[in-house]
Amino acid sequence: MSTATHKPHLGWEVMLVAVLAAALVLGRSLSADFLTTSNIANLLADFTEIALMALPMTLIIIAADIDLSVASIMGMSSSLMGVLWHMGLPMPAVIVLCLVAGTLAGVFNGVVIVTFALPSLAVTIGTLALFRGVSYLLLGDQAIADFPTALTTFGISNVGDTFIPQPFVIVIVAAIGFTVLLQATAFGRSLYAIGSNQTAARFSGINVSRARLILYVVSGLMSALAGIIYTLRFSSARGDNGEGFELSVVAAVLFGGVSIFGGKGSLPGVLLSLVIIAVLKNALTLSDVSSEVLTIVTGVLLLSSVLVPNLVNRWRDARQQKALAAHA
Amino acid sequence: MSPSPLNLAPGTTPRLELRNARKNFGAVRALENGTLTLWPGEVHALLGENGAGKSTLVKILAGVHQPDGGELRVDGQPRQFARPSDAIDAGIAVIYQEPTLFPELSIAENIYMGRQPLDRFGRIRAETMQHAVQEMLASLGVNLQATQSVRGLSIADQQVVEIAKALSLNANVLIMDEPTAALSRPEVERLFAIAERLRAANVAILFITHRLEEVFRLAQRITIMRDGAAVHFAETHEMTHDSIVSRMVGRDLASYYPKAEVEPGEIALAVRRLTRRGVFKDISFTVRRGEIVALAGLVGAGRSEVARAIFGVDPVDSGDVQIKGKSLLLGDPAAAVRAGLALVPEDRRQQGLALDMSIAHNAALTVLKRLVHWGLISNQSERNLAQDWGRKLKLKAHSMDVPASTLSGGNQQKVVLGKWLATHPDVLIIDEPTRGIDVGAKAEVYQTLTELVKNGMAVLMISSELPEVLGMADRILVMNEGRLTADIPRAQADEARIMAAALGQSDPHSRSAA
Repeated sequence: MSTATHKPHLGWEVMLVAVLAAALVLGRSLSADFLTTSNIANLLADFTEIALMALPMTLIIIAADIDLSVASIMGMSSSLMGVLWHMGLPMPAVIVLCLVAGTLAGVFNGVVIVTFALPSLAVTIGTLALFRGVSYLLLGDQAIADFPTALTTFGISNVGDTFIPQPFVIVIVAAIGFTVLLQATAFGRSLYAIGSNQTAARFSGINVSRARLILYVVSGLMSALAGIIYTLRFSSARGDNGEGFELSVVAAVLFGGVSIFGGKGSLPGVLLSLVIIAVLKNALTLSDVSSEVLTIVTGVLLLSSVLVPNLVNRWRDARQQKALAAHA
Repeated sequence: MSPSPLNLAPGTTPRLELRNARKNFGAVRALENGTLTLWPGEVHALLGENGAGKSTLVKILAGVHQPDGGELRVDGQPRQFARPSDAIDAGIAVIYQEPTLFPELSIAENIYMGRQPLDRFGRIRAETMQHAVQEMLASLGVNLQATQSVRGLSIADQQVVEIAKALSLNANVLIMDEPTAALSRPEVERLFAIAERLRAANVAILFITHRLEEVFRLAQRITIMRDGAAVHFAETHEMTHDSIVSRMVGRDLASYYPKAEVEPGEIALAVRRLTRRGVFKDISFTVRRGEIVALAGLVGAGRSEVARAIFGVDPVDSGDVQIKGKSLLLGDPAAAVRAGLALVPEDRRQQGLALDMSIAHNAALTVLKRLVHWGLISNQSERNLAQDWGRKLKLKAHSMDVPASTLSGGNQQKVVLGKWLATHPDVLIIDEPTRGIDVGAKAEVYQTLTELVKNGMAVLMISSELPEVLGMADRILVMNEGRLTADIPRAQADEARIMAAALGQSDPHSRSAA
């Protein structure tokens, strides 16, 4: 409790940097290919969709809400992209319509949660199933792969001669935008207040309903964007694209030091955590570890990010009690 | 009418003695010197402002809290209560303000919960139980049936059930924590009659109240607490109303309530026929610049609800509110803030502060838009804002960056006050301005309110503390069950008149009597 609220959680971030260093050492020792430029490009590209969804998710969890439907909105936008492209619409129109659909999905989440005052956990578990269902309904079990080469190359090529994949540029721009929004604007500050004490925020004249609604809409939009980029990177629109990604997104946010109870955390921490997860995943994949183990790693990260702060607090309280007792 | 004197046979030992009890919660010292002696057959009033340590003392006697130091004797024997059941075994029972009964069960079942009389097959002997309870209710002189269910009983009747339960446990010390706070006049009379019967039966009663007229009627002796310590002990007849209040606040009353004569200016807040169905009805009043208007009444009369409705955090069904002559859009707190209204809410931890956030961030919440340059919050102006108000309100904190949760109640209240004064309001509604803060901080809050009205602010102060209402208000509005029942000017106000209106009795002198 000694750190100020939205100030980067220093202790936690130092720990994240240490974990990152350990992950890099681990990757290097597991595979000689790990630090090659092509692998770094891979590693960064793999991080695109999770990062795009983790940015709004950070804001949502800081406001003490959650959106578990992100990966389903991503899948829905991927399916819709395939269907619209097959109908012969021009690509710009397809992209715009996919983004609009994602935004509408976010509006739906937000309106149901805010106007009916329902718990976001329950509502977005519902829409997780609902939007995924729509996604399968649109494409069935077929895959659409004949997207224009100009665009699919965008998904897999690098910026000039560097090892930075082009989609990653979108992540950087979005990350900067979201960081400024959360850490330096009145809107961002009001999110901390809402997450810390929603009643007090309302009593302070903050429009809580509007802020929460905006968050879900933005989350829908960013999820749709993730779906589009994913489709282009793999040149494949499928109903099951991104299935289960919500788990990685939430894990990345919590591992980044954001409190599941809201009100605490920062975007720099989440960005670090995203890099760590990407590095770990890549290192494990390179050394032929199965995807089941990857899921286990995600689970461990998630658990440790809620358990460790709890244990640290208990330890701190116990020590404080002891100090007081010694004083008396 | 004055209470019968306390006559003790020579050689009687006190039923209960607490000496120098101490209790800390973390770094907060809740009780520094809890000292109290209770004799059999006395009604003893425990007095003190909110936050003086009365509840902590009661909870130590009830075995809920374990003291960090001090001595406790029951019937002359040293005792330690590790848990509430130890206190019950020692014959001590506490009747809390809000009774905790099982609504679906009958009165008899509630009283015998967990220790029902059983027959040899282990079945509950319902008739024996009902019979015993009926007898006990009759001995208290109340008209209740042992078999009726607790659901639907008034708070007063539920208190009677709690008292009967205590007696069935052979309690000979009864602690009543503000039992009359939510009772009507006849219910108070009945409770007093019960207390007299118990006293005659040699039960010792510790009675906590904020209404001094009740003390003069019922109690033989008085213990006064202030800032966690028992500071004065006396026979009731040795004391006067004013001498009790001065002991409670620890200083001369005139300097404690720095009431200034301010010529009232134009009307700043006008409320007309404000109604929220089932909560309050037809509330109309005005507050002028330079005026402190108090809104008094019992807990649950609808005062805070009116304040919240004016500010727009609660809905209204009809009526309107004008600030400086302009109609206010109701139901929108942001619009209220823009119009020049500020609300310092009743519950500062739940409604006033984001406790995990720093002082600076809390103070800035109401004025974020003003601190923004090119869309970004300026940390410098934010910190300056908090520091300015912190200095003006004498806020004690290590830094503006520590979480609000680390502050004492009085300093938290200053942060909430500062956060609202930063909006430069024309009308300040302040709900229970001094609840749960120490006497020093209270005096500073009163000083601040006085300064504000001198500078032309209009203040509506909701308060359950009569000394505060009488000490600070230019005019006193009283509510009873959702309606305004009196509008009393300062010169004509006294405790009896306010209580009469709060209890719903019509006031022949009042301008807007019901």
